Amino acid sequence: MYVIYIICALGIVSLLAEIFNFKKALLPIIIIGLIAAIVASAFGENTGLAFSGMVSFDRFSVVYSTLIVTIAFFWFWMAYSYFHNRLNLTDQSALVLFSIVGAVILTAFANMAMLFLGIEILSIALYALAGSKKNNLFSTESSFKYFLMGSFATGFLLMGIALVYGATGSFELSAIQSATTNAAHPLPSFFYVGVLLILVGISFKVSVVPFHFWAPDVYEGAPTPITAFMSTIVKMAAFAALLRLFTVCFAAVSFTWLVVFYVMCVLTLIVSSVTAVYQSNVKRILAYSSVGHAGYILIAIVSGGNVGGLVLYYLAGYAVASLIAFAVIHQIEESGRTVFLSDFQGLFRKNPLLAVSMTIALLSLAGIPPLTGFFGKYLLLTQAIRSGHLALALVAIFASLIGVYYYFKVIIVMYSTAGDDRLITITTAQKVLLFMLMALVVVLGVFPDWFTFL
Amino acid sequence: MLTIFLIAWPLIAAIIIAVVKQHARTLALAASLIELAASMVMVTSFTPDASIQFSVDLPWIASAGIRFNVGVDGISLLLVLLTTVLMPLIILASFTTAQLKNPSAFYSLILIMQMALVGVFVALDGFLFYIFWEMALIPIYFICLLWGGDDRARITLKFFIYTLAGSLLMLIAMVYLYFHTPGIHRFDIQSLYEAGRALPIGEQSILFWAFFIAFAIKMPVFPFHTWQPDTYQVAPTTGTVLLSAIMLKMGIYGVIRWLMPMVPLGLQEWGTTAMVLSVVGVVYASVIALIQKNNKRLIAYSSIAHVGLISAGLFTMNSIGWQGAMVQMLSHGLTVFGLFYVIEIIHQRKATHTMNELGGIRSVAPKLSTVFLIILLGSIALPFTSGFVGEFLLINSLVQYQIVFGAVAGLTTILGAVYMLRAFQKMMLGESKGASVEFADLSAREKWVLYPVVVLVIVLGIYPTPLLSLSEAAINNLLYTINDYLTLPK
Repeated sequence: MYVIYIICALGIVSLLAEIFNFKKALLPIIIIGLIAAIVASAFGENTGLAFSGMVSFDRFSVVYSTLIVTIAFFWFWMAYSYFHNRLNLTDQSALVLFSIVGAVILTAFANMAMLFLGIEILSIALYALAGSKKNNLFSTESSFKYFLMGSFATGFLLMGIALVYGATGSFELSAIQSATTNAAHPLPSFFYVGVLLILVGISFKVSVVPFHFWAPDVYEGAPTPITAFMSTIVKMAAFAALLRLFTVCFAAVSFTWLVVFYVMCVLTLIVSSVTAVYQSNVKRILAYSSVGHAGYILIAIVSGGNVGGLVLYYLAGYAVASLIAFAVIHQIEESGRTVFLSDFQGLFRKNPLLAVSMTIALLSLAGIPPLTGFFGKYLLLTQAIRSGHLALALVAIFASLIGVYYYFKVIIVMYSTAGDDRLITITTAQKVLLFMLMALVVVLGVFPDWFTFL
Repeated sequence: MLTIFLIAWPLIAAIIIAVVKQHARTLALAASLIELAASMVMVTSFTPDASIQFSVDLPWIASAGIRFNVGVDGISLLLVLLTTVLMPLIILASFTTAQLKNPSAFYSLILIMQMALVGVFVALDGFLFYIFWEMALIPIYFICLLWGGDDRARITLKFFIYTLAGSLLMLIAMVYLYFHTPGIHRFDIQSLYEAGRALPIGEQSILFWAFFIAFAIKMPVFPFHTWQPDTYQVAPTTGTVLLSAIMLKMGIYGVIRWLMPMVPLGLQEWGTTAMVLSVVGVVYASVIALIQKNNKRLIAYSSIAHVGLISAGLFTMNSIGWQGAMVQMLSHGLTVFGLFYVIEIIHQRKATHTMNELGGIRSVAPKLSTVFLIILLGSIALPFTSGFVGEFLLINSLVQYQIVFGAVAGLTTILGAVYMLRAFQKMMLGESKGASVEFADLSAREKWVLYPVVVLVIVLGIYPTPLLSLSEAAINNLLYTINDYLTLPK
């Protein structure tokens, strides 16, 4: 719970920095504050229900929020130069921090109202951030599209919450859960409609097919660090919310949503990987890859059982690898290039470290051992086979073979002899970050047992 | 601990080379020699019985029933030995590519590859085996991608996805078996054996194919060979040699260790089919080899033929065939390395792989020509060469199994002699034509690479007993368990 206070305070400090003119000290303050937040989050277990029972910091939320704040810490490190060069540093960092608060709330909500608030706090800040390259048409388009889709999704969500409230008479998750298991009072049929509407709303946020179409455009247009934020922190928070809702609260009525998730899972795996093959913009490739990874995580949810820990591991590996990839893309943009495949030509010559880190990130995303992406996929496959979904496992394998094809398209280009010869230089801080994240990708993959918290 | 050293040392050396960056080739050579010395220590203290020796069993991923369990028996030991003996030669052979870009990356990748290869041959845990199996693919892919020839991006990606598809099939099969292990699920090889043997024949058959396709792609056995000729041709010679001399043995080893004892009923049901495929591949590849104009492709196809014969011999399920397979694996590793290297030498001098542009090299480079001839005769199984021992045992076992198979496979020895000797004639004999005039003979370094190969080919051909006795007990033990299981009343 203290984690929410700390990050909120950091956000307010960011806003004050403009007034009291300590902008130079702001980023160090944020970094230190985030470390404090990680500690507060990790040791914040069983602070119980807070805010009049609106949020509940149980084991699940502690672990997920710690992961989110940790990734946020690396994210600020990665985005340092992006913030550093900007006049509106304070506004933007405040927006990001408030957005993280929304993400933390999504891991801990105990009340439908908090679900709604969490999603809105998370999203509204991002609508502004996505459009923060004001003079860039794509950025504006991205912002507008994200806003429209977000409102649309919120509409579904609110409608669903209203119907569920109508059927059960409560916003509290525990009350709703007991209503679904209460055989004496069968629920009216519009309850199930409500569940499905909530499902649609959340599906927009985690961007699974067929609710994914906004993602590539938004990812492409938004400034790269913001894209990185969306594809890591937003995704993790949305999945935390999804798990909290469907594998706990609506677990007893899984017959309404299980088939829907099953179909969306298969569609997501196939559509995302096939579409990614035809992209030439690396940010779009990563957008489709991000959609695809949502599909893999759905395998766990469809397979059922206690999958919180498994999804956590998968998300952690995915987020670390994505951060590397976006950090590399960001550096390429900083060197005055665009991010088409042709801009990656000969990256190995221009900066071997960037090329090697990108390679490791993509190999991990593609699921090549011994990196973390492999073990995550392996856990999902075993989960699917254990619960008898062999067909789903085969679809996932097929999708990951196509995945290898498009990830390797990027890798091959980086080692080609074509392209210009302008070297790319990066700061020591970024080098250290890349080394740390690469080490994480390897250590997570080789010693997954060190990271089982659930 | 020796086993751990054999796995860890190449990786440590690779990291050192990647960091130091200077003197990459010398360091790599030294590292591979240390590895060779370690493997020699292992051979000398090895007791040639059926037990698993030098085993190390450490906890690894406890929550998933995975342990870091490694150890060697006679079969593993021979393949480890093949790897450690060939690696210094391969590294020494690559020195000519002095203009090589990024030598530190190149040699790091080679050493990482060695780690994975040794790991595959000593792993006794299904998951660990899979990890090493896949890890061998990454360095070889990048060696081919970064230092390969024309059109390498497309061809190497095909190779990568093709083999990965097979591996994933194997992974699914492994996980399936894992869920059938008794008690708390484990990936330990003995538990997997038990799980596999307890399954009904239908499931065993499916698992048989899942494993067999994975291994068949690696070897490659007809009809899963289509990636191979292109990849061998486009890869830098070091990569080609790594693929053909060592990496394809991973597939054969997989059949011996992970396929046959795991699903004996599936083997009984489909073994003959697999053997037919192998024999068809032998003939098919030999016929295609007859019409090749490019000498690298010629050897690529001859390699498919040889491996097909080894695979066929394995499926006879008698100890002669298996012994033959062991010898032939070593022999094939040596000869294919020697042949590819001679061709590389010719290519370095004359920049051509087309045999018609060459001729009469013997008159200007007699040493090269003689070495080439001996290795080539080893490859076509002339008596007193290593190839003869292997092919004789293999064909013998096929004849015992069914005379037709023996006859068809034996045909290839003749075809092999035809295309190989024709290649020798075209390149070495006749008038010195165009490209072959002013051809320098072997340099000192080239002699250091090729003479050991020649010596080994001959020694192995005349006196193979010490090597055969290393693996004999292990082979008989494995075969005994399988046959014993099959004759039990169900």
